[in-house]
Amino acid sequence: MPGHVLVTVGSTKFDQLIQAVDTEAFAAALHERGFDSLLVQRGNGEYIPHVLLHKGQDEAQLSSGLKIEFVQYLPSMHTYMEAADLIISHAGSGSLFEALSLNKPIIAVPNAILMANHQEELAMHLDRLGHLVSATPETLVQAVRKLDVSRLKPYPKGSPQGIADAIHRLMGF
Amino acid sequence: MPRPIHHTAPEKTARTLVVLGSGGHTAEMLALLKHLDMDKLRPRTYVIASTDSMGAQKALAAEKAFSASKDEALDHANIVAIPRSREVGQSYLTSIWTTLVAAWAAMAIVWREAPELVLVNGPGTCIPLCFAAHLFRLFRWGTRIVYVESIARVESLSLSGKVLYHMRMADAFVVQWPHLQQRFPRSMYRGSLY
Repeated sequence: MPGHVLVTVGSTKFDQLIQAVDTEAFAAALHERGFDSLLVQRGNGEYIPHVLLHKGQDEAQLSSGLKIEFVQYLPSMHTYMEAADLIISHAGSGSLFEALSLNKPIIAVPNAILMANHQEELAMHLDRLGHLVSATPETLVQAVRKLDVSRLKPYPKGSPQGIADAIHRLMGF
Repeated sequence: MPRPIHHTAPEKTARTLVVLGSGGHTAEMLALLKHLDMDKLRPRTYVIASTDSMGAQKALAAEKAFSASKDEALDHANIVAIPRSREVGQSYLTSIWTTLVAAWAAMAIVWREAPELVLVNGPGTCIPLCFAAHLFRLFRWGTRIVYVESIARVESLSLSGKVLYHMRMADAFVVQWPHLQQRFPRSMYRGSLY
């Protein structure tokens, strides 16, 4: 699988995911799968990448050829999602459905600390339906290695029209 | 000037209260508003949390979402702030007081705006407002409460959802997964926002 990987935690704080990405094992798994570049939006967390990057730097090219870059925020997530061949995202509904609408391979990593957000519930459900792969920071490397894009099914995009019609009917319009 | 012989009935409108919350809730609300008939749902009042510094921008974004072709953003809309009943990490003792303050503010908003439609999708601030609207319609019939559960809810309802569902406060209780509808038979499934 050629190309470019995007990792995003949205505007949340999800240091466990950024830490899991900032490892030799993760970089090796991307290289093994033929990816040649990695872009990470690390969002609001405190963890500063220092394994794949030298201190004070935010980009590098590894000896394997993999180009990596960590930024706090990207100016337009949509544009970067469009450019990605694999999206690894926190399981916030905004990010997931945006990525699904672009029909990109997705590995969703729920943030277990945000219990009230029920990210895991959504990610597991979309995984069961075959629209993405759900992983944890601990299983992320394994998920990249085993990712079988041919088994992912496109997500049939929903429409607010049905709900809007029900509201109009209720109001007697 | 002579009056026309055949005059059409005045167009039916509904005063509408829209409750906005955190990023995810607001994004879903905007997606829904874009598909609603905003010529009829007016005037509109957006309720935001008083501690939400982005709240006013969200309301403005909501208005712009469907009046992009017109230059009448906020012509039919206004924004009011409501205190949160409980901030994350706040102690239970002080939350009794802040809940009372929020309840009072919700009453004041509902009595002043006299909404015919209250549109909510789950942020914490929607609970006191729904209680106030529910109380309000005991005195003045006609207020409809519509609750749209978040698309992130697949197996269970959110706290706001549970309160509204079990107290039968919503005239339309919308969920976004068929599976969840089966678990809560008084809810309805009409597709999903995304």
